[in-house]
Amino acid sequence: MDRKARVLVAKPGLDGHDRGAKIIARALRDSGYEVIYTGIRQTPDMIAEAALQEDVDVVGLSILSGAHMALVPRVIEKLKELGMGDVVVLVGGIIPDEDVQALKDMGVAGVFGPGTLTPEIVETIEKALGRELA
Amino acid sequence: MDLTTVSGLTEAVQAGNRRALARVISHIENNTELAMPLLTALYPRSGKAHVIGVTGAPGTGKSTLVNALAGVYRRNDLTVGVIAIDPTSPFSGGALLGDRVRMRDLAGDPGVFIRSMATRGSLGGLAQATADVIMVLDAAGFDRIIIETVGVGQSEVEIASAAYTTVVVEAPGLGDEVQAIKAGVLEIADIFAVNKADRDGADRTVMALKMMLNLGVPEKFQVMHHGRMLPVNLPKAENLPQGWTPPVIKTVAVSGEGADTLFEAIENHRLYLEQSGGRILRDRLRAATELRMILRDYLLEDLLARTEPATLEALVEAVARRELDPYTAVRQLVSENNG
Repeated sequence: MDRKARVLVAKPGLDGHDRGAKIIARALRDSGYEVIYTGIRQTPDMIAEAALQEDVDVVGLSILSGAHMALVPRVIEKLKELGMGDVVVLVGGIIPDEDVQALKDMGVAGVFGPGTLTPEIVETIEKALGRELA
Repeated sequence: MDLTTVSGLTEAVQAGNRRALARVISHIENNTELAMPLLTALYPRSGKAHVIGVTGAPGTGKSTLVNALAGVYRRNDLTVGVIAIDPTSPFSGGALLGDRVRMRDLAGDPGVFIRSMATRGSLGGLAQATADVIMVLDAAGFDRIIIETVGVGQSEVEIASAAYTTVVVEAPGLGDEVQAIKAGVLEIADIFAVNKADRDGADRTVMALKMMLNLGVPEKFQVMHHGRMLPVNLPKAENLPQGWTPPVIKTVAVSGEGADTLFEAIENHRLYLEQSGGRILRDRLRAATELRMILRDYLLEDLLARTEPATLEALVEAVARRELDPYTAVRQLVSENNG
């Protein structure tokens, strides 16, 4: 199946710094994904519901506020509630090293800080979806 | 409910299961092996929704206007399905679908379902997939379905043919009235919305549109709505609905101003179509267009499947070297495969 995955890029929480999210959205589009960008100040409910309606394979959360340990588990929980537990969740932003493992233990497939190159994200997505990279 | 089978999905969609609805749309978009049986199962359940197309040049505020309009529908206790279409990048095959950013007021409302679709660049395929997704939302029981498209090119006309009411969104300062004539929007518009009407020049845009409409209306029905000639048995000429002059409505989508008036105009047009028999006419035109499109795709695939790749390759080569013209090549292909 050569179908390109659908990715939701969302910014949960209250910080309005969406440049990173927009750059990632653009980079993933240029890598051939269908990217649904929802913009800033999304609640976990809004993100999970958008992921459901759009039937995405991947949810990318951009968080710069430091609230990741509160927001990420709530998004994951909401996704599970809606029967979307198999969606690949990625987190990008300013995440302290000591939180990375904790996020991964919650089921996050990849955590990306500043300076991450697109191919690394693409590789993580494709691996998580169980597909071979061309 | 089992969301991996046709019957499970069909039942769940009709029971209002949003996850199932989203899955069905994906099957159709990706043309999986479940797509056709799902369409067959759901088609008889469709035909109740009023389908509204919203089109216009980039930056006119279509998404924001859809957000405001859907809000008015919800206040009137009608459920709304939204299909927001954005272009696929011809270079990467990816797409950035950003219409949800402007539709955040609708989030969390179980009476609204928004789906973003990429054009995926297949010739004619967009219109077909869109028509199929409209049908699915219809079968799922949404009262109104709003399709939002980027207003450029022939595909707009095809999508307009899937809608009962087409709203063309204009904004002040995008060019003079000649642009409006060139773009062909006069032919597809049932209603004009001049958005960003709080800006300078809005009255001039309204005036220009009204002037063009006065010139264009009498022949409107004959040219509108399909973009190709259709040899179907249409009702006799005297039964053709006449007398709908597209209203020009000023809106300010960000504040919601004018959205109520737009809602009323759409509902008036819906009633007009029902009372004049226009809805039946449009249904027949759409069925004719749809059948031809599906037939074309089916025959093409069928013929190509029965043609040896080498035969096709040889013909392509001959045409490229100008030893054979493409029309003769096609006739050869068809006659060889019908023998």
